[in-house]
Formats: sequence, C-alpha cells, structure tokens
Amino acid sequence: MSLLEIRDLAVALPEGADRAFAAKDINFDLDRGEILCIVGESGSGKSMSANAVMGLLPQGVKPVKGTITFDGEPILGLPEKEMLKLRGGRISMIFQEPLSALNPLMRVGAQIAEVFEAHGALTPPERRARALKLLDEVGIPDPEAAIRAYPFQLSGGQRQRVMIAMALALEPDILIADEPTTALDVTTQAQILTLIEDLRQKRGMAVIFITHDFGVVADIADRVIVMQTGEIVESGAADEVLLRPSHPYTKALIDAIPRLTQRSEADAQTREPILTVEDLQKTFSTGSGSLFGKRRVVRAVQDVSFELYAGETIGIVGESGSGKSTVGRCLVRLLDPDGGRVMVEGADIAELTGSALRDNRRKLQMIFQDPFSSLNPRARVSRILTEGLIAYGTPRREALARARELLELVGLDASAMNRFPHEFSGGQRQRIGIARALALDPKIIIADEAVSALDVSIQAQVLDLLADLKTRLELSMLFITHDLRVAARICDRIIVMQKGRIVEAGPTGKVLHDPDTEYTRSLLDAIPGQEYERALETAGA
Amino acid sequence: MARFILGRLVKAVFILLAILVFNFFLIHAAPGDPAAVMAGEAGAGDPTYLAELRERFGLDQPLYVQLWIYIKGAVQLDLGYSLRQQMPVAELIADRLPATLLLTGVAFVLSLVFGVIAGVAASARQGSWGDTIISTLALLFYATPLFWVALMAALVFSVWLEWLPGFGYQSIGAGYTGLAHAWDVTKHLILPASTLGLFFMAIYMRMTRASMLEVSRLDFVKTARAKGLKRRVIQRRHILRNALLPVITLAGLQAGQIFGGAILTETVFAWPGIGRLMFEAINQRDYNVILGVFYISAAMVLLFNLITDVVYVIIDPRIRLTG
Repeated sequence: MSLLEIRDLAVALPEGADRAFAAKDINFDLDRGEILCIVGESGSGKSMSANAVMGLLPQGVKPVKGTITFDGEPILGLPEKEMLKLRGGRISMIFQEPLSALNPLMRVGAQIAEVFEAHGALTPPERRARALKLLDEVGIPDPEAAIRAYPFQLSGGQRQRVMIAMALALEPDILIADEPTTALDVTTQAQILTLIEDLRQKRGMAVIFITHDFGVVADIADRVIVMQTGEIVESGAADEVLLRPSHPYTKALIDAIPRLTQRSEADAQTREPILTVEDLQKTFSTGSGSLFGKRRVVRAVQDVSFELYAGETIGIVGESGSGKSTVGRCLVRLLDPDGGRVMVEGADIAELTGSALRDNRRKLQMIFQDPFSSLNPRARVSRILTEGLIAYGTPRREALARARELLELVGLDASAMNRFPHEFSGGQRQRIGIARALALDPKIIIADEAVSALDVSIQAQVLDLLADLKTRLELSMLFITHDLRVAARICDRIIVMQKGRIVEAGPTGKVLHDPDTEYTRSLLDAIPGQEYERALETAGA
Repeated sequence: MARFILGRLVKAVFILLAILVFNFFLIHAAPGDPAAVMAGEAGAGDPTYLAELRERFGLDQPLYVQLWIYIKGAVQLDLGYSLRQQMPVAELIADRLPATLLLTGVAFVLSLVFGVIAGVAASARQGSWGDTIISTLALLFYATPLFWVALMAALVFSVWLEWLPGFGYQSIGAGYTGLAHAWDVTKHLILPASTLGLFFMAIYMRMTRASMLEVSRLDFVKTARAKGLKRRVIQRRHILRNALLPVITLAGLQAGQIFGGAILTETVFAWPGIGRLMFEAINQRDYNVILGVFYISAAMVLLFNLITDVVYVIIDPRIRLTG
C-alpha cells in the first residue's frame, strides 16, 4: 500500500471560470521516500491537486469527486478539526514566494515555534531549542541570530530555508513543495534542491514537487506527472517521461526548453559600436546619513564598460543583486548614473538633461519583466501603444495607424486595440510590452528579464519573436537575464556580472562552455538538468 | 528607539517654532496693531493712551525684539491676555482643556476599540447576516450628519426618555464630590462622546474589515494554515496584526484633530470645551485666544503624530530596523 493514494479526484472551479474543473481524473500514488514531480504550465491545475491533499483550496474551489487516502485513512472531506492535526504535522508544505510566505511582523523563531504550538508539542523553551536545531539543519549560517531576525532581514534563499525548517519541524511523512525554487537564483536553487534531496534520504520523507522547470525535474524526480489544462496527460518513471515522452504535449514542452548548447551565430563585428558604455558607476545609499540613523551604501554598479555593435545582442547575466538591472536602468536614465559615459550616436545619455535627453532617450527602449504590472491596468492597448508617439508630437491618427502595424508586427490581432491588459494572457501581454517598446523606432532594445515570468513554451515563442524582430528592424539588444539557457539561445556575446562589476565578457560559446573565471563556472554548474540535456542530445543525435 | 524618538522630538520643536513665528507675523499682518484694536474697543483715540498701551505691551520695540519676547513667552506657555474674558489665555485654555480631552479622548478610544472589534467580526463572517448588519449600520452612521445625530440623541435620550442629561459637563449646583462627581460627569459624557464616536467608529470598522479581508488572502496566511494553526489564532496573530497598520495610520491622523474637532458636538451639548472657546473667540475677534488655541492645537497634532509613529515602529519591525 502506498503512503498516499489519489483516485479519480476532481476539483471544481467556481461557476463562470474558463473551465469547469481545476483538475479532474487525477490518479496517482506516492510511496515513502519517493520524489514525485508534477510538471505543467501555469493554469494546468498542478497546484490545485496538491492543495486538495492539504485541504487548502482557495475559496469557491471544491473537490467534487474521488478519494484521497493517506496512510490507509481517507482524508478528503475530513472535518476541519481532524485536518488541523495532519497539516504541518504529518503533511507539510512550502511555497513559491519565500518573502510573502512568512509573516513580516513576526520573528523567524516565533514562526517556527508556532508549528509545535499548533500541535501542542514540547514546552516553550524546548520549542526554541528545536527551532535553533532546525535552522542549523537547513543550513542557515548563524541560527542564534536568525531566530531573532524578521523575514525581511534574510535573503530569498535563507527565507526559503526557514520555510523548509518550518515544514520539517514535526518530521512529516509528506512534504509538498509548490514551485519552491522558482523565485530563486540558480546557485541558491541548486542548494535548496540538494537540501531537499538530503532530507529525503535522511528521513525517508516523501516529496511532491510541483514545478514548471524540466531541468529541476530531471535532477530530482523519481517519478513524473505531466499535467495540461487540469488533466494528467502522461506519467511514469522520470527517465521514461523525460527521455521517451509519448504524449505530444510533453514532447512540445521538452522541445521548448532552451538549451545551453543552442547558440545563435555571431556575425563578425566589424561595424561601428552603436552604444558605448564607459566606466559606468551607480551607488545607492539608504538612510539619511544625518544625525539620526546610519547610512548604508551599496555600490550597485562599478566601472562597467562595454560596447554594443549594431545588430548585436549582448546578454548581461548574474545573480540577483549583481547590478545587472541597474545597468539597464542607468542606460535609459530611469536611474541617474553617478559617473561614466553612455554614448549613443555621439551623444552622452548619462550627461543630457531636458529636451536633449528626451530626444535621445527614445533611441533606447525597455521591455520589463512582469507583463502583469508593467502595463497600466486602466489603459486600453491603443493608449498604451500611442502614448509615447503622441508625447513626441505624432498626430493621433498616425499614431493609431502605427499602433495597428505594431500589433501585427508582434503577432496580435488588430482587435486588441480596444481591450485592457487584463484581458490578455501573460505571453500576449509581453507582446504588447514589446510593441510598446518598438513604437518609438528605437535603435536599441533593453530587455530586463523579459521572458522570466513566462512558461517555457511561451518563452520560446517570445524569444523567437524578439530574434525575428531584431533582424527585420535591424535592432541591437541588451538582454538582461538570470537564466543562462535563455541567454544561450538569443545572445551573441555574454557579460557576466557579480557584485556590481563585470567579471567576464566574451562570445556566448566561449563564456558558457569554456569560462575563464571561477564565478562563471559556479553559475554554470548550478544550472539544473545538465546531465539531462546531454542525455537528450545523445538521444537526438 | 530612544534615538528615533529624540530625533522626532527635535524635529517637532523646530516645527513648533516655525508655527510660532508664523503666528506672530499673522498678528502683525493684520491692519493696525493690538493696541489700536484695544483703544478702538475702549472708545478712546487719544494718542498718549495709545502710546501708553504700546509701551505696556512692548509694541514700541523693533519687530525682532517683539518676536523674541513673544517666543520667550510662548515657550513658557505665556500666550498673552484675553481682553474679552479678562484672563490670561493660557489660563482660559487650561480651564477648558480637561473637558475637551475627556470628551474627544473617550470618543476616540471607544470608536477605535469598537470599530476594530466590529471590523474583525464582520470580516470573519464575510457575506453573512452579521456582516451585512454591521456594514449597513456603519454606512448609516457614516452618512448621517453629526449635528443631526447629536440633536436626535439629545431629543430621544434626554427629552423623551429622560435617561441622561442633555447638556453641560456636570449638574450645576449639585456640589457632588468624589465618586458621585465622577458618576455625574460620566452621565453627562455618554451622549456627546457616543455621538462624536459613532462617525469615527464607522470609519474604523470599514477600514478594519477591508484590511482584514485583504491580508487574509496573502501568502503567509496560507503558510499559517499549512502549519495546522486554528482559525482564531490565525485571525488574531497573523491577520489582525498586519491589518491594523493602515488603521493606525488613519487613527493617528484623526487623533491629531481630537483637540479642535469637536466644535459641533460641544455646541449642541453645551460642553464647556476648547471647541466652544474657539468658536466664541472667532465671533468676538479675540485674536490672542484664537492664536493660543492654534498654537496648542499644533502642539497636539505634533504630539499625536509622534505617538502614532512610535506605535507604528513598535508594531512593524521593518521601520524600526531599517529607518
């Protein structure tokens, strides 16, 4: 008998949703000590199935059919009082966003101790001692300090470790991990994955790991379930599903994964540079630095210099906090650099003010990461696309005509003009964001994590669109990303940044396969699913 | 923390000084000077009398000397003399202050406590009967003009039912002392305080309810549920504490107005407070009193802002440790 058995589970969405069931015909087993990965794109119902096990479905979403059996006992529809004993005690859960998943007003120690309190275990001093031990176990450097810290004082990786410590407090039989590493850097992600793997081995804990990242799946899964629009389309042993997928959807997902080895051809750079950055500096300081309150100084960008040639794409990669986004923002003067020069066609963008700045900054346009928050929710697409043109003096009629052309260019229907951003999917919104950036006929596009928030298959489409537009419109591009696979797919050259400085720069192939610095090598080693990628290539060859 | 409060206090002193200077120039911007006003009111235009008055009040001194004297006086809480009432302004205000603070303070505490409790109760039963009743009542109190509620309350509870006294601060001539006096004042306090409090209670209730519902959708609440915590514990420890932050911001802003915001209520219930003093002073062009009240009000606003900030800092560690 398996530890967890799910039979014919159906979870209904509230009336008026885009489909009747969040998930249906869900059948799977989970054995002790096993890691089961549920993979799928957003909206596939992968989280819903797991939340149903915990009895933590959002309001209005209800299981309507099927059974969930845990350790021989049926638990679906159990009264709340009985479920409380299971939650956090025998089945526990960690979530995607480690910042918002912890109460910002409570100390870390108190939040861990709460788990024992909820289940009436131990005395308060014992709870504290256990919390310390748990923090140590999940690899928090200074548990004595961490226990008194508030969540905002910890890094993303540390917060996720705290979440894991909390989930492990009562040594549960099952850990449900809902996209636990999606918001983290590759290096931190690699550490968290190793931690989960260790704990599984030490404690014989079963893990349900929900993710959209096949690299992660390949590294940790024993078995895999692939979900699409609420149904399981394929399941089986990890090697079987990943290397010999039988369902067309699984095949399509696997094909869409960007590969490190997939490299665009860099043409010889004999042309003039279109953008020259020299000794760019940017320092942030918090606190007034006056009589009261001490000053904290972060040197976000130090001595950054590079040249971007016409028609070239440069990738700027690095971990969060490496200063890569700050560079992009300084180039378009969303931030004012503290020093250095940004030369575009003979003008120093870093120095300009007033109308000279206005005239020159239209040559550089930005595409942002989050397609949800980067478009004004109260503005129709027509306004989003024409605002810039009208601000630069284009008559309204012409601007509207141009907006329609732009929509066609990015592969959207002209009917999109009169709709609001919330009526589009994430991928479509990012296309609108691209159209908006192109409206002013820029020479240079700066894409800041432009595809990071998208599912792999959508990501592939948007990357193709960007590559196509680049050649057709003779654009140059700066592509800022933390994802080296994405960089590999689209960039001619790569700049690696760490702590505000450039540590390595060179052609994509050289940087990704024969890096000069230890730091770049550690970034590359942390990428999940590398063996899998090699296996796929051998299989494909 | 001590450093934070000290910093804020130093800033507050500077703001208060700026208000004083502004006050001073406000007097001098008016045509004529206080001596001319006094002489005019006394019906005497005699230049020697004027000169005598000017000398007595130091008005013959250069402006900067007068400013210095004024600030020196104000710092020592000497706010000048009310000719109308024939009393020093500071004494007049000190006389009225306890009554106003009692009324507005009680109204404020009641509205905050009951507003938050009602808001929590409504949010816990979102969409139910209880929620609908609480929300409707709050809307009613919020929408009804304060003076109308005051008049109706006086009419119903005082005139018709004769349960509570309809005006004043205490029973005149009764000469109660000790507990009997306290009970007498409490009875007089009930109608004006609840009239004044209802409106703010409605605001706090709506704010708390909305804020609770918003916070209850956040990720950390789901984490708390995943720990197996009971609903009540999650409500109190995780949701309420986070939901109170915007309520405190609003309460702090309103606490600043406590001092002068009760004119209507004080007038209807003949409550001998600062609001009525101010109202009478405006009618009688008693400049020194107006400016004195202005000065004390400003000091109160600054004090309550400081208290709000301290409360905020206690509740939210992110401000304490990064600010």
